[in-house]
Amino acid sequence: MTTPLLVILAFILVSTVVGVIGRGRGVMNLERWSVGGRQFGVILVWLLMAGEIYTTFTFLGASGWAYSRGAPSFYILAYGTIGYIISFFLLPPLWRMAKRLGLHTQPDFFLARYDSPALAGLVALIGVVSIVPYLQLQLAGLGLIVHTASGGAIASEVAIIVAFALTCVFVYTSGLQGIAWVAIIKDITMVVVVVIIGIGLPSMYFGSVGQMLSELVRQHPSHLTFPGGTTTMGVGWVISTILLTGVGFYCWPHMFASAFSAKDERTIKRNAVIMPLYQLPILLVFFVGFTALLVMPGLKNPDTALLALVTQSYPAWFAGLVGGAGAVTAMVPASMLLLVASTLTAKNIYRPLRGGAVSEEQLMRASRGFMLLIAVVALILAIWSPNELVKLLIFGYDGIAQFFPGIVLGVFVRRITARPVIFGLVAGEAVVVSLIWSGHDPFLGMNAGFVGLLVNALVTLLSATWGQVLNHREIHDSRPDPITQLKFGGEHGEPGGRDRVDGWRAG
Amino acid sequence: MPIRFRLALVPALTPAVALVAGLPFVNRLEPIVFGLPFLLAWILGWVLVTPAFLGLAYLLDRSTSAAEDGDGR
Repeated sequence: MTTPLLVILAFILVSTVVGVIGRGRGVMNLERWSVGGRQFGVILVWLLMAGEIYTTFTFLGASGWAYSRGAPSFYILAYGTIGYIISFFLLPPLWRMAKRLGLHTQPDFFLARYDSPALAGLVALIGVVSIVPYLQLQLAGLGLIVHTASGGAIASEVAIIVAFALTCVFVYTSGLQGIAWVAIIKDITMVVVVVIIGIGLPSMYFGSVGQMLSELVRQHPSHLTFPGGTTTMGVGWVISTILLTGVGFYCWPHMFASAFSAKDERTIKRNAVIMPLYQLPILLVFFVGFTALLVMPGLKNPDTALLALVTQSYPAWFAGLVGGAGAVTAMVPASMLLLVASTLTAKNIYRPLRGGAVSEEQLMRASRGFMLLIAVVALILAIWSPNELVKLLIFGYDGIAQFFPGIVLGVFVRRITARPVIFGLVAGEAVVVSLIWSGHDPFLGMNAGFVGLLVNALVTLLSATWGQVLNHREIHDSRPDPITQLKFGGEHGEPGGRDRVDGWRAG
Repeated sequence: MPIRFRLALVPALTPAVALVAGLPFVNRLEPIVFGLPFLLAWILGWVLVTPAFLGLAYLLDRSTSAAEDGDGR
């Protein structure tokens, strides 16, 4: 069992080296580390954003869901498309504002737009708390992949620690630029592997994809329509989940930050146009899950369906290739999550707590320090936490999607202020947490996060209207904007909070 | 509300609305389209044509924003 082991190791090492070299020359500062100096063109931005789509959740989770749940898994194919359509309108004004005010993180946006440290701190806290389980999921997935693909030769704890330590190395040295280069390796191998097994496995056992599907319909007639192999995931659940995850797609702090890395607005828009096509390999991942259901039914852990079928059907070196691709697939999103969580903690929690008296250089050092701290926390959770991981991911998605009203209203509605957004955000999170913890997800056939989002939007809009009824005075006070002052000494004119959307256009 | 109506919203939102709103009516296996059960074919079909719709939105958006801002794009 040494062949797959060597292939996997080679993959991980090459990725690390590329990530470290990818930093380029020159001094590393927070601007370069966190948003790549805002110099990325269509291809690099595309690769970074694709880092979100092809995570270990897609690889293992989508095939596992196709295997165990059937049709409800189709939401994974659909929600990205909704996310890109929203991004087409939402990201360009966001990008303009970020560029003009030198924003690095999502809470930076909330601070600049709403002039409320409380709201920015709340967003940072929810962001980090939601990222940690997501990071944990990538790590646990990585352990599962390497362990299974190596035929049990590598313990999953060892795989997690080694791969994650190397991930930390290139995030520490190179920041976002390093990640973008590793993303290239990851995406190429990932797509190649998925195309080979997505078409190869159904053909190997059934002659063709079409024949595999008709055999599936014959054996499991209800598997390919909602609610599939479940009792609770009917049409209402699928629709509310597609809307929630589509809306939440760019609410993730790291997705927010990847938009900031773009060189110009056109890059972002063109990216939104082509991205939906990149969803197609997910269909092939479904095919693998379906084939596994027919060939090896009754697996105890559906998440292992893809790997189990691959190791049974292909020679060892190929299983190693799949394992290596899978490991890198976990490393790229993990590195992005790590980068963003540490920047958030340093810039939006640590610095305000220190009263803002932190230089750029100290901030860079603090970011790297928090990176190591968060890495250790996620590592401990991934190895010892008893929680069911997919549940944690859904929890994270439900949490960050609640930023949506604050982001959209902040970008498109000039008069909205911090207070209604805070009320809505707190109400939404409260609904989500209580529904999930009391075991009411789905609630009335709908995704609990979606219910929270509805409450959130309602509370935000009602309290905004109520506030305007109470006082007719001009809403924004005349305090100078902290970010504009800090970075530019106010030279760039009106801060975003009092600007019209049109005023955000750079140049 | 200071939201300027944008013509580009029409083509951009079409695939999103059609994909999601159609789901209650397409939750079925027949007819089979290119070997895929109808439900899956419906979702996949809208994902596939979304770039065309967004491309149209891009062209519309570009012409209107160039006219409004005079930024020459």
